[in-house]
Amino acid sequence: MADTEQKKKGLGSVVINAERCKGCGFCVEFCPTHCLELSEQYNAKGYHPPVLTLPEKCTGCNMCGLLCPDFAIYGFLFKKKK
Amino acid sequence: MTEESMDIDMSMPTNTVEEFLRMERMPHIWCPGCGIGTTVNCFAHALETSGLDLKKVSIVSGIGCTGRVAGYLKLDSFHTTHGRALPFATGLKLANPDLKVVVYSGDGDLTAIGGNHFIHAARRNVDMTVILINNFIYGMTGGQVAPTTPIGATASTTPYGNFEEPFNLPYLAESCGAVYVARWTAYHVRHATKAIKDALRKRGFSFVEILAPCPTLYSRRNRLGDGLDQMKFYRDNSEVKNDADTKTVGLSFQGKVIVGKFVDKDKPTYLDSMNAFYAQKFGDKYSPYKG
Repeated sequence: MADTEQKKKGLGSVVINAERCKGCGFCVEFCPTHCLELSEQYNAKGYHPPVLTLPEKCTGCNMCGLLCPDFAIYGFLFKKKK
Repeated sequence: MTEESMDIDMSMPTNTVEEFLRMERMPHIWCPGCGIGTTVNCFAHALETSGLDLKKVSIVSGIGCTGRVAGYLKLDSFHTTHGRALPFATGLKLANPDLKVVVYSGDGDLTAIGGNHFIHAARRNVDMTVILINNFIYGMTGGQVAPTTPIGATASTTPYGNFEEPFNLPYLAESCGAVYVARWTAYHVRHATKAIKDALRKRGFSFVEILAPCPTLYSRRNRLGDGLDQMKFYRDNSEVKNDADTKTVGLSFQGKVIVGKFVDKDKPTYLDSMNAFYAQKFGDKYSPYKG
């Protein structure tokens, strides 16, 4: 159930809960900047979860988070430290 | 870039949807590629942005795949008998008019077994929000033909294809008296979120139909690929036509899908009309019903 931490680049990023994913591919197909891909790895249930392959292109728009039927991914914007 | 990134707060926010869901029940029962989870996501985002008091929102579901939604949302919820979500919701609203009642159910539940309740709840204009997830089939019971199955589509009870005329649900809802009617698909997540938010704010019988892919029974039996292929079909074949005449928005098998907000009008609700009528009839002797 570990939330995978992504590299710090771009405007935002995504958090992926790989164990909850059922590999439907909605997030990969409909990402506006096409920065996600289905991983080669399997999760415990035998599905391929998504990975953020182009972190510099992610805008943190949360389209993947809205489309995900399994609540396994969400996007967020980086905030500047005060 | 590197100097700038030093100022960035790297603490990851939590998923804002999770506070509206019973996460201990996850993973849910819906198949990979099913669109119902996406619509729940839209509903949770709509609740989040609507600013409603969650203690005064209750959700009622019937039986079926979509009927499971009531169990997954962290609200006061009713999982009612088959087709009777609307009578339960009507009773809930009349007993406690302060509640915001949401009915979240499927096409088979609300328009086949509960079809009569649907037309009467819309006719009376009971103040509630109805979210109908249309997957064209009875999903949970094995893919039998539903009143929304398009002509030509194959179901487990129509092995040579369906020949019955399907319901045009926005037209049905409008002609019965709904004050807000919209249709979106599981692909149109931002539109659907806004439509649900508008419907939650509307006083009266507001109806939102959301088309969702059913990869296991509908798509597989009709050789339409998986859930992702259905979502791509919705992307390529949907046409947004706000304020379209609901007579013209019927669905055909793999034909053009007309989506949009079709009706948005104001009408006195059931309790408003009752109070106004009796106040006129009995004058000062009548004290308005407030639950």
